[in-house]
Amino acid sequence: MGGFSYEELQAILVMQGFAGLSLFSVLLLMALGLAIIFGQMGVINMAHGEFMAVGAYTTYMLSTITETYVPGFMNYYFVFSIIAAFLVAGVIGYFLEFSLIRHLYKRPLDTLLATWGVSLIMQQIFRSVFGAREVSPTLPEWLMGSYQPTDTIDIPLNGLFVLGLTAFVTGAVFYLMFKSRWGLRVRATTQNRLMSGAVGINTKMVDRLTFALGCGIAGIAGAAFTTIASTGPTTGSLYIVDTFMVVVFGGAASLFGTIASAFSIAQAQSIMEFFLSGSMAKVLTLLTIVVILMLRPEGLFSIKIRK
Amino acid sequence: MLEVSGLHVSYGQSEVIHGVDITVKKNETLAIMGRNGMGKTTLFKSLIGVLPTTDGSIKIDGEELTGKESFQRVASGIAYVPQGRMIFPSLTVQENIETGMEVSRMKRIPDEIFALFPVLHEMRHRKGGNLSGGQQQQLAIARALVTNPKVLLLDEPTEGIQPSIIKDIANILNEIRKLRDITIIVSEQVLSFTMAIADRIIVIDKGKFIHEDLRENVDTDKISKYLSV
Repeated sequence: MGGFSYEELQAILVMQGFAGLSLFSVLLLMALGLAIIFGQMGVINMAHGEFMAVGAYTTYMLSTITETYVPGFMNYYFVFSIIAAFLVAGVIGYFLEFSLIRHLYKRPLDTLLATWGVSLIMQQIFRSVFGAREVSPTLPEWLMGSYQPTDTIDIPLNGLFVLGLTAFVTGAVFYLMFKSRWGLRVRATTQNRLMSGAVGINTKMVDRLTFALGCGIAGIAGAAFTTIASTGPTTGSLYIVDTFMVVVFGGAASLFGTIASAFSIAQAQSIMEFFLSGSMAKVLTLLTIVVILMLRPEGLFSIKIRK
Repeated sequence: MLEVSGLHVSYGQSEVIHGVDITVKKNETLAIMGRNGMGKTTLFKSLIGVLPTTDGSIKIDGEELTGKESFQRVASGIAYVPQGRMIFPSLTVQENIETGMEVSRMKRIPDEIFALFPVLHEMRHRKGGNLSGGQQQQLAIARALVTNPKVLLLDEPTEGIQPSIIKDIANILNEIRKLRDITIIVSEQVLSFTMAIADRIIVIDKGKFIHEDLRENVDTDKISKYLSV
């Protein structure tokens, strides 16, 4: 490992590992939304990345508004902007489902094309409204700086914050899916839509709320994203491929699988990126995933039951 | 209780049910018998609203059901146990039953259900897909019962189930009738099972009712002849 001392190597591993954790957080938030939407209605939402951008731009807007009108509030606005990002993306998702997606449920290929179209439209809207240049919200002071456990290791605070946020959102999604009545409705509909209707579940309402929730989580991912990178009109589309990879690799029906695969993909990329070039790192990750998927076509985790 | 009149059901251009009329009284158990492919399952699916009806009306206590979605029909008091059980395989037994509690707004599974199906209580934390066929059938009936139905539809409940369990299921159905005011409509091919539970028997052939009799008056040889290929 060309010229690094043992101690330096250790510090690199820790810091790259931590950068990987930040990437993992954003990927996981994105993939959670995509996975519950795909699991519930079999819709592959190509516009999912744009919902992340919606969240990021919402944060940027709130930051600008706060800075101009109530500068004293700058330390707190970020918490509200996470909630706002969730709500804005969720509401847009709700109306998208109502106006477009629900008419296409029985045509998976058409949803693919239609949502791709939606993503192009949304990108153009971002470009017209916010300009083609990348923007960044002004982060509150408590998100700046870093934590230094030793002389050579630097852990950025914003990364820690994003990690905590992801843990919270993941926990909330797990609670919703596995402990609440709403989650039971979702899991029943996922398994057998016709029969869920025939035991009294309003499956169309479940669809709409699930879609809104998935988009809302993408919005949170966007808010978190603003703390680690700047936002441009095409930011979302850069992340969508990785997100799909996470969902497919983890096994579409399993939330645990999604977490495990987001973690391994993010870590592999981030650590290899330091030693190899970025594109080589990506090639190696993709190759590994292809091989593993050939051996386990249903993804890392699949539920074992009699069929 | 349940009144069906002039019901027509088709798959695309081909009509499968050619205008049937059913009237079932409260607390009555009606068996619809017929060979494979005569329209039993199609009839049941159109009653619960999984298949659209082309013409006719379905009423529960005077309330029109055609044009309503399945979940609304369940709320109006019709419950469905499909052919092949169709429980949710990766939900636990308890969760499977809870899916039926959407419309009845119950918080807990009533003790009555576990009293009827002790085996489900024993297995409540197991995945539905890991139960045996007979247990899955009981689970599907339990899931339908917690919707508090006025009319319970059972589509071939004995299909693929061993004879000793078939007797158990007949006993359970008779038990349910004693406990609740409930109308049961069951589709069947096994005559001994229908004779154990039904008040009235209708024979369906090529989408039409061709024979009807009260159980007391049933000529079993005649019905067997209808059922043999």
